Amino acid sequence: MKVVLKNLTKRFPGRRKKEPDVIAVNNFDFEIPDGKLVGLLGPSGCGKSTALNLICGLETPTEGRIFFGEEDVTDLPPEKRGVGLVFQNYALYPHLTVRQNIRFPLENLRGSEKLSKEEMDAKVEEAAGIVQISRLLDRKPSEMSGGQQQRVAIARALVKVPRILLLDEPLSNLDARLRLQTREEIRRIQSETGITTVFVTHDQEEAMSICDMIVVMKEGIFQQLGAPQEVYENPANLFVAKFLGNPQINTFEAEISSGKLVIAGEPVLNADHISDGKVFAAIRPEGFIVDPSGPMHCELKRIEVMGRDTSVISSSSASLDENIRSIVSEDISSISGASSVAFSLKPEKVHIFDHDTEERIPCALS
Amino acid sequence: MKKNNYKAWLYLLPAILFLGIFMVYPLVDVLVYSFEEGYNSASQTFFGTGLYNYSYVLHDPYFLQAVKNTFLIVVITVPLSTAFALLISLALNSIEKLRDFFQTVYFLPYVTNTLAVGLVFMILFKKTPYSDGMINLLINLFGGESVDFIDGPYWAKMFVMCFYTIWVVLPFKILILTSALASVNKEYYSAAKIDATPKWRVFTKITLPMISPMIFYLVITGFIGAFKAYSDEVALFGTNLNAAGMNTIVGYVYDMLYGNSGGFPSYASAAALILFVIVLTITCINLMVSKKTVYY
Repeated sequence: MKVVLKNLTKRFPGRRKKEPDVIAVNNFDFEIPDGKLVGLLGPSGCGKSTALNLICGLETPTEGRIFFGEEDVTDLPPEKRGVGLVFQNYALYPHLTVRQNIRFPLENLRGSEKLSKEEMDAKVEEAAGIVQISRLLDRKPSEMSGGQQQRVAIARALVKVPRILLLDEPLSNLDARLRLQTREEIRRIQSETGITTVFVTHDQEEAMSICDMIVVMKEGIFQQLGAPQEVYENPANLFVAKFLGNPQINTFEAEISSGKLVIAGEPVLNADHISDGKVFAAIRPEGFIVDPSGPMHCELKRIEVMGRDTSVISSSSASLDENIRSIVSEDISSISGASSVAFSLKPEKVHIFDHDTEERIPCALS
Repeated sequence: MKKNNYKAWLYLLPAILFLGIFMVYPLVDVLVYSFEEGYNSASQTFFGTGLYNYSYVLHDPYFLQAVKNTFLIVVITVPLSTAFALLISLALNSIEKLRDFFQTVYFLPYVTNTLAVGLVFMILFKKTPYSDGMINLLINLFGGESVDFIDGPYWAKMFVMCFYTIWVVLPFKILILTSALASVNKEYYSAAKIDATPKWRVFTKITLPMISPMIFYLVITGFIGAFKAYSDEVALFGTNLNAAGMNTIVGYVYDMLYGNSGGFPSYASAAALILFVIVLTITCINLMVSKKTVYY
């Protein structure tokens, strides 16, 4: 079931009368394709959860429409939308066992949908099987680890076979190891069930690693939608470029001057079909090559070797960040102890952004 | 290990001394008095030991009347006041406008003096040569006949008594239950909403279990409080409760200690111990029931 958002806006009134309205979701207009795992990605407070609540119906939009497939669900209450929602804190009923928790949605079915006890038990077993908690069915939530509770919450959301599965920051309450494991689980469960799944996260790595598509947002405004790698390689603007990727992309004050990209007075790459003027240049950490004859010179601060990665930390007067962090794979013995380092750049790892709008300027660098 | 033990006892000593002198000793004393026949607190004499005090109290028609009254008050007011408090709290919880105002209104009886309120109830219910009281005026308005609630038939007096008791205990229960309701995580309700849970089921399957510890607390303290009822009765019917037929067990104990006949501490002790056994039994039953029904 695809989800279509049309001009979706949610405004919350200001806390006091004179304060302006808070626009949590501003004119969302995009489509979440059927059967995909989609991440709603953005920094804290950017309206991700509000967007999720709008889709599931816990919030009503100020303006705009929401469609599931061809059906307009904007005016439907949450229980009629056929969504499953996994809450950030799971919201498992603490006084019920796991089995009772998963059964709860089934017991609410009335009329023609009403299930017999055996059918319910079968469905509970099935959902528990998908998330691999069949052995834990008679425990109380308080007797389980965070990761297990998470699975129960997912099973409870899945048991009615929702049209859309929504997860609100599903991994934020788990420790680092469990997070890696659980995100693979979510990926697997989504692939097995084929249910269109939307999950909210502020962690770009999480979204990049398991999503078919990501939606990047900032302060309630939609930024970009696409496959993670595609968005990473072709960010629509400086914010997206900075938000995706770890370590962060390095940004520079730069200039286009007669077909050259100039950083700190040094022409570093050829830039064709682009008018002269001030721009921002952003270079991914992996876009640097240590090369004594390279065009870009920076002051060398230190070298960090961590596991398989070697990072060269340097600085430049044009850099907008304190440090330029580059991850290199070459032999760096030549620069150890030196006070400066020369780089040549991989053109596909360099992006140029308009100095005023911060929108990306598509151009061929070489 | 042993050294630590001594230290622990040393730290406990002030509390043990205090509790021992002011709680354990009097309790033991009451137990002793209850077995001493004809104990006189002035001359500190008695002329025998045995179960006579208990036998006397249990055969005293005033005591039996007091037990009957007390049980009626307990059985009627505890469930009703808890249910009303729950209903009002649910209503308060679901309104947004004027919630603070209503909360204040419902809390007013709690800060009002019992005797002053008793006076107001007298005016509302009492039949005098000059007026039948406001409630009777209302009854007359609907075509009923005047009832003397204060000096009239037993059921009328019991009605006023229970009405008054419920009215007095409601505020505290509402206070406890509104805060209990407010502390239930809103996410449970969101989750229930998404799962299309009917309202009644949300109440019985989510709200009630979540606030069950508080309800249980109110029921237990309600039982104990109602068994110890006395001042409310005095407020409504005056100090001669035996004559009004509205005495309670605690009232009986008080009368036996300080009544106009001079005081029978032995009978009072026996009656007090009987009350203690009753309250203990009921509380134990409550605890056993709660083990099965209360979720923590």
